[in-house]
Amino acid sequence: MSPPGPSKPSAADYGQGLARLQRRLLLRHGLSVGALTLLTGCNLQDGDAVDRVLWAMSRWNDRVQAALFNPNRLAPTYTESAITDPFPFNAYYSEAEVRTVDTNAWRLELSGRIAEKRPWSVEQLRTLPQVSQITRHVCVEGWSAIGKWRGVPFRTFLERVGADTRARYVGFRCFDDYYSSIDMATALHPQTILALDYREAPLPPKYGSPLKLRVPTKLGFKNPKYIAALFVTNDYPGGYWEDKGYNWFSGS
Amino acid sequence: MVSINRVLPVPKRAANTRPLVVRITHWVNAFAMICMILSGWRIYNASPLFPFIFPPWATLGGWLAGALAWHFAAMWLLVANGLVYVAYGFLSGYFRRTLLPLTRVQLWQDFSAALALRLEHRAGAYNAVQRLLYIAVLLLGATAVLSGLAIWKPVQFAPLTALLGGYDTARLVHFLAMAGIAGFIIIHLALVVLVPRTLLSMITGRPGHQHATEVRL
Repeated sequence: MSPPGPSKPSAADYGQGLARLQRRLLLRHGLSVGALTLLTGCNLQDGDAVDRVLWAMSRWNDRVQAALFNPNRLAPTYTESAITDPFPFNAYYSEAEVRTVDTNAWRLELSGRIAEKRPWSVEQLRTLPQVSQITRHVCVEGWSAIGKWRGVPFRTFLERVGADTRARYVGFRCFDDYYSSIDMATALHPQTILALDYREAPLPPKYGSPLKLRVPTKLGFKNPKYIAALFVTNDYPGGYWEDKGYNWFSGS
Repeated sequence: MVSINRVLPVPKRAANTRPLVVRITHWVNAFAMICMILSGWRIYNASPLFPFIFPPWATLGGWLAGALAWHFAAMWLLVANGLVYVAYGFLSGYFRRTLLPLTRVQLWQDFSAALALRLEHRAGAYNAVQRLLYIAVLLLGATAVLSGLAIWKPVQFAPLTALLGGYDTARLVHFLAMAGIAGFIIIHLALVVLVPRTLLSMITGRPGHQHATEVRL
């Protein structure tokens, strides 16, 4: 199955991860499927078939969201007084387990379809143009919070390092073992930034020091913190939560 | 007073039978709506708006990602089916025939009768309270879909989200629409228990009895 656009994932991209997810979901919601079967009188006892439908629908929703994504539509911005204080900490672990790194020794590693792969230090990133934004972070759980981030427009960075901006994905690896990926159209959106600052100061450890991707057009879990490396690719890179079953595109 | 269905060339059969389209969309909607509500409860539990959560055994999806997968799969069925139903309802005259007229006097009479538990069930015709409830639940369904779109895509559908008072308010509206629909379902099912042959008529399309019967407790 060949997708029409460069940013749209194909079924093959999901193959292995989906098989894993199908097994996981089958176990986890077997009980509820049973309950639904009782409620409706429909025969939903074959959990594998149900899961295949759910995963096919999630891939369909990736495509619909990619089509709905307007590269010129800006996320609403807010005034300083609207900022949520304190901005909540959120990760797949508790705040006490936040990992830190020596900011001076830290380097952003580049790989994949990028012409200039030399690593970047925080100081070098600060020599690039900086923009700031006050936008709403919407979590997949439903809560939201408004914050202010400042950093390098991701498009500027990708162009500067000679990234193949016709590739489909940009993937991120983080030193807290998190990972995620976004479509190229979103990577090039004017509000997608490599954030170095939260409010007026360098990112503190709990908000992703030293580097976080801020994507106000996607759900919170598509905004990786503690970035160690990024890569440009045509092979579906998945993500920490995405591989567990959350929708990959997850656009806002 | 001349009622509308006397003026229009409505086939005589239509007044007493449920059209096939209505029966099919009713049951598809019942399935899709239950999927949406039960998976929605699990999503709500991940970040409750109020100091309570829904009992996990009553939810669908098993965990947040599973519930989201159900919610965003069933939404297509709910909306596609709902559009067929609404288009049919308007174009065929089914809404006008069954939900109108709705006057305040009639509503007051039927509501008083219902409170006194003396409201009769007329096969194939809705009383004013039923008409009001069916119109209300249609509006609640539309509100649920629109507020759902507003919180699914607060950037791409930013004007809609703003119209609903912003992301947080739209989330509350989505919850309240669900609560209203859930309330409707409880009343709806209670009345089916009182007049069980309506269940059969929603399957076969034929009313159980031709003559009006009184439901008394």
